[in-house]
Amino acid sequence: MTTAQSIDQMVDLQRGTIARTIFSDEVIYREEQEKLFTRAWLMVGHESLIPKPGDYFLTRMGAESAILCRDKQGVIHVFLNSCRHKGMRVLRYEQGNTPAFTCPYHRWTFGTDGRLQTVPQFKELYEGHMNPDEWSLVEVAKLVNYKGSIWATWDKEAPGFIDYLGSAKAHLDEALNHRDGREGGSECIGVHKWIFGANWKFPSENFAGDMYHAVSHQSVEMVGIGPSAQAGVKERRDDELLNARLLHVSSTEGHGVISGLLPENSPHKPTFQGNPEIQAYAEKCYHERKQRLGDKARLVGLTGTIFPNTSYHARQPRSLVVWHPHSPTQTEAWRFFLVDADSPPAVKDMLRRYYMRYSGPAGMTEQDDMENWYYATEATKGAIASRYPFNYQLSLGVYRSDDVMPGNISPQTTEEMARGFYRAWSSYMKDEDWSHLLGHHLPKKMLNDNP
Amino acid sequence: MLDMNRHLQIRRTPGYFALKQDVEDFLYRETELLDERRFEEWLELFAEDLVYFMPMRRNVRHGYHEDDENTKEGQGISWLEEDKWTLTKRVEQIRTGIHWAEEPLSRICHIVTGVLLMDAKPDVVNANEVVVRSRFLIYQNRGETENYTLIGKRTDTLRGVETGHGPDWRIARREIILDQNVLLAKNLTAFF
Ligand code: FES
Ligand SMILES: [Fe+2]
Repeated sequence: MTTAQSIDQMVDLQRGTIARTIFSDEVIYREEQEKLFTRAWLMVGHESLIPKPGDYFLTRMGAESAILCRDKQGVIHVFLNSCRHKGMRVLRYEQGNTPAFTCPYHRWTFGTDGRLQTVPQFKELYEGHMNPDEWSLVEVAKLVNYKGSIWATWDKEAPGFIDYLGSAKAHLDEALNHRDGREGGSECIGVHKWIFGANWKFPSENFAGDMYHAVSHQSVEMVGIGPSAQAGVKERRDDELLNARLLHVSSTEGHGVISGLLPENSPHKPTFQGNPEIQAYAEKCYHERKQRLGDKARLVGLTGTIFPNTSYHARQPRSLVVWHPHSPTQTEAWRFFLVDADSPPAVKDMLRRYYMRYSGPAGMTEQDDMENWYYATEATKGAIASRYPFNYQLSLGVYRSDDVMPGNISPQTTEEMARGFYRAWSSYMKDEDWSHLLGHHLPKKMLNDNP
Repeated sequence: MLDMNRHLQIRRTPGYFALKQDVEDFLYRETELLDERRFEEWLELFAEDLVYFMPMRRNVRHGYHEDDENTKEGQGISWLEEDKWTLTKRVEQIRTGIHWAEEPLSRICHIVTGVLLMDAKPDVVNANEVVVRSRFLIYQNRGETENYTLIGKRTDTLRGVETGHGPDWRIARREIILDQNVLLAKNLTAFF
């Protein structure tokens, strides 16, 4: 059992050190399941996976199997995928449509609204001492369809999703909004699922804004796989942030993002040069977005992590990924790839090909990340190694609160987002109340406080 | 699903067995090039208009396998949907020497077996296009103790070509069925 004191010793953010043991210890893993994944908002899927009444999508919340579905009335639900009788999975198919969830074990049948509808031989065996209304599928406490992405929490005390997002909202919107600036409008075109030998916090903190690891991806930059690679541009993506001011944003809620702020009146930089039709479409979207959003169009998203385990790539490529804990040293990644639902077929086709060569276990970029996380996790187990904490001192203390945008913003490459992530992690592990989990008590650090 | 009739319609003549042996020879030569890490020579075995496709396999209700079990070529997301350009990029990336997922290089062994000729055009004696089915087992060993076993089926379309060394085959299409749902490997860096 960890104590608040032991958590503070393991995660020392004044000094910028974190004990290796939090990345492989069994007890910590178990407590994360109990204290963190039962409370935080978790992403479970996308509305385009369940467009019609009766549609379902098999999902996960933390280490547990869950069901995302739409009932007969069209209302979206998320349930634990476990029969209330003896626990068998009531859903064993990945995606489809069903009138009900029938348990294979003793055939209790649950409606798509979660209610226990039929129990074999109910009259003879249960009547009088069992109330079916008390044995519905276990349903999440709160659920939101946020611009097409579906999120849920088991904690009825949890704040609304927008409050939970805090200063990360504008940045997550970059992944979820239409390329032309309209709200939402995305479609999920597929989900990669794979297991790798790393603790779930490695990828989560990495996507919160590790701009220091560019060296990991040098090989893919050298060969060039981006949307302009066929026109000779040797990059892994079009550099839309070339002249932008990089915003390294740590939000008190534990989220971390990297976005760029383009200079005022910066000219359009050509993208998707590998195909003139797609280049023209991207340019059209760029101008429409500018017209629609005005000065706000200067914000261009890159990557981010919504605490605890949902990350995004906002533009090239474009996806949401959930880093499900699978064991202390294993992560089950589910990467949801997004396109604008109304974009032309040629654009969708180009994007999906690009996504496949960039992301996931066959992705030429993501592969190198996995190699790092795997061996870094392995190095948290040794008796000697675990005496030596990891270093989180990169640009320690160099940030301002609410500078240009809300959040703690660093002007340079930093681990402030990782520190913010572990500040929130510690708070959950200490069972603190929601105002602490959201960091509302934390002092702001303004311009004149800067060193 | 493969049309077994096409396979059964081919008569088991000496010409059939000669062609089968020739195609097997070609597939074994390919594994040799891969396992010896002669990736550039391996790329030469592919036609310029190559389609190299590996769907994801899903858990679906009985009766829906034909329609829904595998993700589809030309639609949405699969494990791999490559052409010769992207395969070439993958080889180039390994050759940078800093593609960490394959640096240092894995030890990989391809076992190809269960070769079945599914079709030969125009006929087995004059074949300039064959469809060949095979089973694969790929053993990948990395670093000190990392092990992955990737098992499945392939369906290849081979095209007859004239080369400086005489007639040979080129792979115009390869469909790879990997028998896993959630991928039980951190990376797919092995070639199939
Ligand atoms: S476990 Fe589901 S009906 Fe018994
Ligand atoms: Fe990375």
